[in-house]
Amino acid sequence: MRRVTAICNGTAIDHIPSGHALQVLKMLRFDVGRSNPISMVMNVPSGKMGRKDVLKIEDRELNQEELDRLALIAPKASVAIIRNYSVAEKRTIELGSELINIVKCSFSNCITQNDREPLPHKLKIVSSEPMEIRCSYCGKNQDIDEIVDYII
Amino acid sequence: MGDLITMDDLTNKEILQILKEANTLLPVARGETYLPLLQGKVLGNLFFENSTRTRMSFETAMKRLGGEVINLSSIGSSVAKGETLYDTMQMVDGYTDIAVIRHPNQGAAQYSADAVSIPILNAGDGAGNHPTQTMLDLFTIHEAHGSLEGLNVMMVGDLRYGRTTHSLSHALVRFGAELTLVSPESLKMPAEIVSDLKNHGAEVTETEEMASSIGSADVIYMTRIQKERFPDEDEYNKVAGVYKLDASDISEAKAEMIVMHPLPRVNELHASVDSTKHARYFQQAFNGVPTRMALLCRGLGIKVPKKVK
Repeated sequence: MRRVTAICNGTAIDHIPSGHALQVLKMLRFDVGRSNPISMVMNVPSGKMGRKDVLKIEDRELNQEELDRLALIAPKASVAIIRNYSVAEKRTIELGSELINIVKCSFSNCITQNDREPLPHKLKIVSSEPMEIRCSYCGKNQDIDEIVDYII
Repeated sequence: MGDLITMDDLTNKEILQILKEANTLLPVARGETYLPLLQGKVLGNLFFENSTRTRMSFETAMKRLGGEVINLSSIGSSVAKGETLYDTMQMVDGYTDIAVIRHPNQGAAQYSADAVSIPILNAGDGAGNHPTQTMLDLFTIHEAHGSLEGLNVMMVGDLRYGRTTHSLSHALVRFGAELTLVSPESLKMPAEIVSDLKNHGAEVTETEEMASSIGSADVIYMTRIQKERFPDEDEYNKVAGVYKLDASDISEAKAEMIVMHPLPRVNELHASVDSTKHARYFQQAFNGVPTRMALLCRGLGIKVPKKVK
């Protein structure tokens, strides 16, 4: 059963872990100050995942840097660029070895907490399954469930 | 290239080579002979936090090797005026050939290394790492046991904030150590460090009780509960003085067991231990000089001769 109508142009993100669509929007910085129409369904049945969320963002093709942000919370999501109601491109999400200026370290005593320090925020991916991320400066592990609160 | 930020910057082979070089430099460290290997070089001693042994031993090490030292402390410098670490380091980069940094913020040493081109030696970053202390600790253990392999090491006290134990435990498990981590629940070793140690295949026991492990220990590494790291004094008072080691506690210990402490001590290590054959902490403090000599030479790419007259 189709719960959201097809979009003419934009980006469709499927297979988001159930209940995480709002976090994905926040991670993509689409939660505030945007005018693009966005359709969202949550907790719908999925053959692969049991339950899943789906997002459709109209009139905006997400670039690779934006998509790679998704890897932190929806590493297995499938992304399609839609043009004139058809899938024009399928894009994959890749989790690199380091996140530069995407997320801030959450540790209160880390040197990067001083906003006036100019070097980039750097977090390294220690493991992808289970997801383990550490600040490249202070070495503190980051809480994956809270990481969305620290996006830059 | 010559940075030393965490023990991961050194392979086991490099660790053993540095210990060998430190041993060669012992007569220079004692002032018995003069070896100006670092003549014309300037060390920046950057202490944004208090220090006695680390600062003095680095200064002695540099001077015994013919180098010069300039000092910076946060009091009375631009740091007190709100200068960023990045800006301070740009200045240090221009004035010195190598810098030692101690800073209250975790990650400050790596941040400094990323900010400048000169080699950076981490002399303690918040509750993070203290690898030059680890190198002198390893030197002391090697001196006493003739090897670093397969030792049974107890670490006691503040393992949460105690950066010396963070770096030392990382290094020891790479040489097959069995670790017993003794601390109150609130001062346990951080989970990511315990996870790293276990990933190395180390046998790690965490306990709140000290006495039962003393008999099997090759090394007892005591640490001070650090009042300055607690967010509030009530929390400190709950755990202050929870572990106290005196001479009677170690009467049944192995003959070759050594007691170490990065110092300063408060009341966790009683003066009665000083006169036992197990006490090694003052020797350990001296060992900072030859070890830091070898680390300064490594940082500056200066070869240490195989023999010193």
